[in-house]
Order: sequence, then C-alpha cells, then structure tokens
Amino acid sequence: MEEILKTAFPFIVSAVAIVAAFGGVMVIVAYTVLAERKVLGWIQGRIGPNRVGPWGVLQPFADLLKFILKEDLVPDKSTKFMYFLAPLVALGCALMPMVVYPFGPQVTDPLGWLVPYTTGIAYVGPAVAYTAEAAKGVTLAIAKIDVGVLYVLGITSVGVYGIALAGWSSNNKYSLMGGLRSSAQMISYELAMGASVLGVVMLAGTLDLNGIILAQTQSPFKWFIIPQFIGFMVFLIAAFAETNRVPFDLPEAETELVAGFHTEYSALKFALFFMAEYVNMFTVSVMCTTLFLGGWYVPGLSHIVEPGSLLYAVISIGAFVLKICCFLFLYIWIRGTLPRFRFDQLMNFGWKFLLPVALINVILSVVVIYFLNS
Amino acid sequence: MSIVSDVLKSTVAVVKGMKRTLSEIPREKWTVQYPDVPVTVQPRYRGQHLLHVDENGKEKCVACYLCAAACPSECIYIEAENDPRPYDERIGRDERFARVYNIDYGRCIFCGFCVEACPKDAITHGYNFEISVYNRADLLKTKDDLLITKQKQSKNYRVALSTEDVDSEFKEV
Repeated sequence: MEEILKTAFPFIVSAVAIVAAFGGVMVIVAYTVLAERKVLGWIQGRIGPNRVGPWGVLQPFADLLKFILKEDLVPDKSTKFMYFLAPLVALGCALMPMVVYPFGPQVTDPLGWLVPYTTGIAYVGPAVAYTAEAAKGVTLAIAKIDVGVLYVLGITSVGVYGIALAGWSSNNKYSLMGGLRSSAQMISYELAMGASVLGVVMLAGTLDLNGIILAQTQSPFKWFIIPQFIGFMVFLIAAFAETNRVPFDLPEAETELVAGFHTEYSALKFALFFMAEYVNMFTVSVMCTTLFLGGWYVPGLSHIVEPGSLLYAVISIGAFVLKICCFLFLYIWIRGTLPRFRFDQLMNFGWKFLLPVALINVILSVVVIYFLNS
Repeated sequence: MSIVSDVLKSTVAVVKGMKRTLSEIPREKWTVQYPDVPVTVQPRYRGQHLLHVDENGKEKCVACYLCAAACPSECIYIEAENDPRPYDERIGRDERFARVYNIDYGRCIFCGFCVEACPKDAITHGYNFEISVYNRADLLKTKDDLLITKQKQSKNYRVALSTEDVDSEFKEV
C-alpha cells in the first residue's frame, strides 16, 4: 500500500493542484465576464445583467449553457483541421502559464492538523500521515520552474498562433484581416513587454516568479512598481495590447472587421476563444501583480501571523487574488473609457514610443544597479 | 521636449476620462426594470391608435378618408356606409360612419399624420406600445381592437402628468 502511494504521490499532488488551480482560475474568469458586463453597465448608466439568480450571479453559467446548446457552424471552404485546432491552441496557450503562478508563500506544515483526526483509521490514517509528512515546506505553485518569467512570455506568444490560424483557416476576409492585425500587433508589443520585464529581473536577480516575489517582501516600498514605474507602465500598456483588449482591440474591431478572427466561429468554439481572452487577462494580471506589486505579500502580516502557518498562506492567497482583481477591474474600467486606436497609430505607438521607452528604462536600470552595487 | 509634453498631455486626458467614467459608477441608473416596474411615457407619446366615441358612446369617425389620405405608408383601410336611422339607434355620431376601419401595424410608422388630419378628433395615438404578436396577420387591427371602449388599460405603463417634465432628467448632463 505504502509503496503504491509513494509512487503515485507526486502525480496525485500534481493532479489535485492542477484541478484546484484550474477550478479557481475558471471561477474567477467566469465572474470577470459578469463583472465586466456589470461595471460597463454601471459606467453607461445601466444596471447590467440581473435576471439569472440574485444580482445575476448565475449569468456566467447561463451563458455557458447557451454556448453549448448553440448550433456549431463550420464554413464550407474552411481548412477544417486548422479551423478545429485554432481555438484549442488559443485556450491551451492561455491556460498553460497557470502552472507557474505563484499562488502563495511556502507553508511549513499544511496538512499537519489533519493527522490527529485520522490516526487509527485503517489505510486512511497512514496515508494522511505520509501525505502530511511529504507536504511539509510545500510552495503554493503547481510547478517550480527556475525561468518562470521566460516560460510565461514564451507560452503567451505561442497563443498568437491560435488567433492567426483562426483568421487564416476561416476563409473569410474579415477573419484574415483580424488574424493579420493580431500577429503584427502581438509581435510589435512583445518586444516592449520583454524589455520592460528586464528591469525587474535585474533588480530581483532571478527569473523565478516566487524568487521575484521574495525579493519584494521586506516592505511595500520594496515593490518593484516604485523603482520600475516606467517599466510597470510599459508592461501594462503592452499587456493590454497582448491580450487584444480595448484600446488595442483592433483584431476584433467591430466597426471594421465584424468580429475579427472569430467571425466564423460559433457555439463552443467561440466560447473557447472568449475564455482564452479572459484567461489571458488573468495571466497578465498575475504577471503584473507578481512582477511589480509583490505578489502574495501583505505588508506587515508577518508581524501578526507567523510566516509559514496555514493562516498566513490563506491570507496571502486572498491578497494575491485581491491584487489580481484590482487589475481586472482596471481592464474593465479602461474598456469603459477609452476608444480604439487606428492601426497606424497602434504601430507608431508600439515601435516609436513604447519600445524606445522600454529600452531607455533598461539602460537606466543597468546604470543605476551598477553604481548601487559598486 | 515636445514628446514629453505630448505624453503628459495625453496622460492627463486619459486620467480625466477615467475619472469621469469612475464617477458614473455610483450614480443612479436610468434603467427601468420594465415588466416589473411600469414605464412612464410622455403625454405626447405615440402608441397604438384609439378610435374615440362621444359622451353617449357613438363613434366620432365620419369615414372622410382624410386619415387614409394623409397616411404615408398607406396602412389605413376604411369602408364607409350611411346609416339613416336616428341618433339613438345608429353606431356613429353622424349619419355617415366607418363600417370597416383597419390599421395595419406591420406598415404603420407612428408618424401621427392621421391624427393631425382628422377633422373630428376621432383618431388619436394612445399610449399602448405592447403590440407585438406571434403571427404577422395579427398585426392587422380592426375596429374591434382600436375603439377606445374595447381597449384595455395595461399595467405596464403610466402616462406622465403634464406637471411632471419627464424629459428634464435626460437633459441634465
């Protein structure tokens, strides 16, 4: 029994962690959609959806049900394989960064409190005891990757393939234009985004997301938003462009391109694109929080609650989610305020302004860090 | 240096806009929760037509065809008839009356020209806007649907009093 458990243990832990993280992220994403509709309504003097459940809290599930029940149309002359592949690529690449999200701090003994209750029960008792022993000092992230920042940047840029393939395989001029714009836009803003992260990486001295958070945990003044404010702004703007959100939502500009790359998609395939967009928003919010706002770190909490305890972890996760929600609100707020760029303005802004600013920021950071260290 | 002032100017503009949208969030909303809460319509609202009757219940319409002539979408159909009986026995107030009076709401554009054209004030716009039907043929309303004595008052709307200026809340920006 114990042998089997020991072999299967890492897989069980990974599976549980993935299910938990996936569920949490999906719930937040579903409610981001509802929050977006609500807040946009409030900004425009309406009250937003309020018919499904009290205050409309069941609206996301009603939407999902609608997507499932809709007729799944496939354009006659589309490239079928690519057409089916594109939404999967988009959502898959949106979900994959989830494995490196630093959800919370290290917990010294997360399951120790369970052991006294289960001792004496056959099979369950030893299993729980073994699990608690093995779970000591666990970090609240699915996978520990030393180059988490690179991993996230890499995977999110693969996500462009989903959009580009969708635009090409639909055999529709609007879809093609949407896919084209999306590729151009993402390539342009990827550079500025990468350059803006460099400053943070240099300050923290690591590419590990949890390491970057740990470098900010002495005080809120150590948060990288203060020394790297320019980097933060560049990252934020580039992130808006990366996720195809207003004011950079040219790939799906309704007034020009019907719905852009997902014009020909209906039912669940459209829902996958829709979900991918919001999961991307979530990822970018996680990155913003982690890189610039200290991640799960709550100022002064370590004086009240002992670091490493379960309560500390729970409060930290709560703070992490709260910071993410602030960014998600910013997304919605911006959408309710700003109009869309013209395409040449978008390109000029990306290449002639954002990229030079990011590079200057990198050079300044290098010089300052050099002189501070010498 | 112009680039710096450009950046500052546009940042100020964006912040100003975002302050404006944020200040909209806690304000009272315009939404009327329609079937739950009755809609307030203007006194001059142009809804489904009403064919009026005089104080003794006699139809005012004299079938002069002026409304049908004024109608730009030609949705009014009238068949006139003479009724030589005395006032107490006949349907209309005058000797001549409309035996058939149909309005096709599939065509009507609610312009109010028929109301302006009527010399007898026999037709006016009512306030009923709930005239959607499941069958296109049902859009043709006959005299039975249009007479003021036959129409039922819906609970889903109320007419604003002439003293309350409903427009004013939309003018304040």
